[in-house]
Amino acid sequence: MRSDRGQSAPLGLKIAAGCGLLFLHLPILLIFVYAFTTEEKSFVWPPPGLTTQWFAVTWNRPDVWQALSLSVRVAAISTAIALILGTLCSAAVSRTKFFGRETISLLVILPIALPGIITGIALRSAFALADIPFSFWTIVLGHATFCVVVVYNNAVARFRRTSGSMIEASMDLGADGFQTFRHVVLPNIATALLAGGMLAFALSFDEVIVTTFTAGQQQTLPIWMLEELIRPRQRPVTNVVAMVVMLVTLLPILFAYYLTRDGDQIAGSGK
Amino acid sequence: MTSAVSFQKVSRHFGSVRAVDAVDLDITPREFFAMLGPSGSGKTTCLRLIAGFEQPTSGSISIFGERAEGVPPYRRNVNTVFQDYALFPHLNVLDNVAYGLMVKGVGKAERHKAAEEALSLVRLPGYGARRPGQLSGGQRQRVALARALVNQPKVLLLDEPLGALDLKLRENMQEELKSLQKALGITFVFVTHDQGEALSMADRVAVFNDGKIMQIGTPEDIYQRPKTRFVADFVGSSNVLPPDFVQRYSGQHRWASLRPESIRVGRAASGEGVAARLVSTNYLGATTKLALDADGLKLHAIVPAGTALPVEGEAVVLTFNREHLHLMDEPA
Repeated sequence: MRSDRGQSAPLGLKIAAGCGLLFLHLPILLIFVYAFTTEEKSFVWPPPGLTTQWFAVTWNRPDVWQALSLSVRVAAISTAIALILGTLCSAAVSRTKFFGRETISLLVILPIALPGIITGIALRSAFALADIPFSFWTIVLGHATFCVVVVYNNAVARFRRTSGSMIEASMDLGADGFQTFRHVVLPNIATALLAGGMLAFALSFDEVIVTTFTAGQQQTLPIWMLEELIRPRQRPVTNVVAMVVMLVTLLPILFAYYLTRDGDQIAGSGK
Repeated sequence: MTSAVSFQKVSRHFGSVRAVDAVDLDITPREFFAMLGPSGSGKTTCLRLIAGFEQPTSGSISIFGERAEGVPPYRRNVNTVFQDYALFPHLNVLDNVAYGLMVKGVGKAERHKAAEEALSLVRLPGYGARRPGQLSGGQRQRVALARALVNQPKVLLLDEPLGALDLKLRENMQEELKSLQKALGITFVFVTHDQGEALSMADRVAVFNDGKIMQIGTPEDIYQRPKTRFVADFVGSSNVLPPDFVQRYSGQHRWASLRPESIRVGRAASGEGVAARLVSTNYLGATTKLALDADGLKLHAIVPAGTALPVEGEAVVLTFNREHLHLMDEPA
């Protein structure tokens, strides 16, 4: 079916679309409002009063900073691992033919299809079996399993769209393997890696299920939030953290969105 | 004199597939050499062996006297114009052309100047700032050519470079490539499946089939004196005549070829010759192609346009000069 570009959508459809968007985003606004409430034990609507004191309280809570720092470090390192492994794996799968290629492709993608709880239990029992104590690195390992998938998927899609003879052309013109990677491969997959990396970072940053199985006493930010909700004191602090995290992550995601959009135009125009 | 490219018993097997099978080849410096053959005949693999993208399974390759086995593509003084041009979409035209100099560490000003000159050479001056995506097919092909030539290769390899262009553009490019080759004095090795292209451009042609070279020679050699039935049929669709038929006219029991333009078609009543029936006529502009059936033997004749033609299905008599009958080496 095709509709005219100039023709406006019927009123009913507009209202339905508006309601859908409201349903998705109104609860988020609610979180913002509760960050300013004066009631600290439970969330009451309407808020009995408005205050900005929770920002100062949050700033001075060391546990918030610890959780935030752990989450950022875990996400950064998981993403770095995923970028390297995901790129290498996608290059191998899309550039060469070898026995078991399809199997490897499937096995790499599998962790994202598996429920997190299964990944978590599997990793926990594996760590226990191998006598590996829970640490920062066990969390990173758990997160890397699904971060690799995201980078891999993005890179494979891009590799598929880049002409294979481009790499040969680069070699033919005198560039060795490293120069070819730096001057031809990387510029062509950079935006795909950026998008994959951002998504991997975001996935790792708000991961709860796998983390509960692979973390020891340490708390990542989402786990800290879960714990905070059970405790009856200073509840709005959670909302303040949620709000700040959301605002801070929004910027790079918008940035990545614009960057990959332009990149796709460039990559597509070459063929 | 050392050959520009020399193959000695070169084979390239992919599993049980013999893509290139014991090929001997000598390409003279400054020659315009065409590799002609149907798809899958091994001509492109030969080109890739020269470029270094493939390594021979056995045999040896030398380029201007230097052994080429084991030498990676980036250390060979050979450049390729790819079939799909393989321009880098993330670089503008000038940086595409300057790429080879950039990776060799030539300074920016110098390499841009050289790239600008190469672009003038292929008649695209001032196109440097554009992206490959903004160019037409013919322009992209010129950029690919400039990008290869800027490195001053000893041998330029062209992999079906005109395949994607329309007829008019292709004819222009054929002439341009030829004059460019003469002006630069670089050895050109050209892969094509188009026999007309090979005959009109090349100094010498190698006809490939099934991983082997069937015949190497000047275009005239190949066209007038094919050695095998395959060459006769593939290059210019000659009539291939079976030994029994040939014996009646030449006294020798051998395969022979007869060019379609050597056959004269007369009315049935006009006397001696091969009795045949006109199956169909095919108007080609300057000429008309006739499909004939001489007692089960299918023949083609080409007559100039304007000749009075028999009607389809009519009985005709075919005549030809004995000297136009070319006996082939292939055993009967």
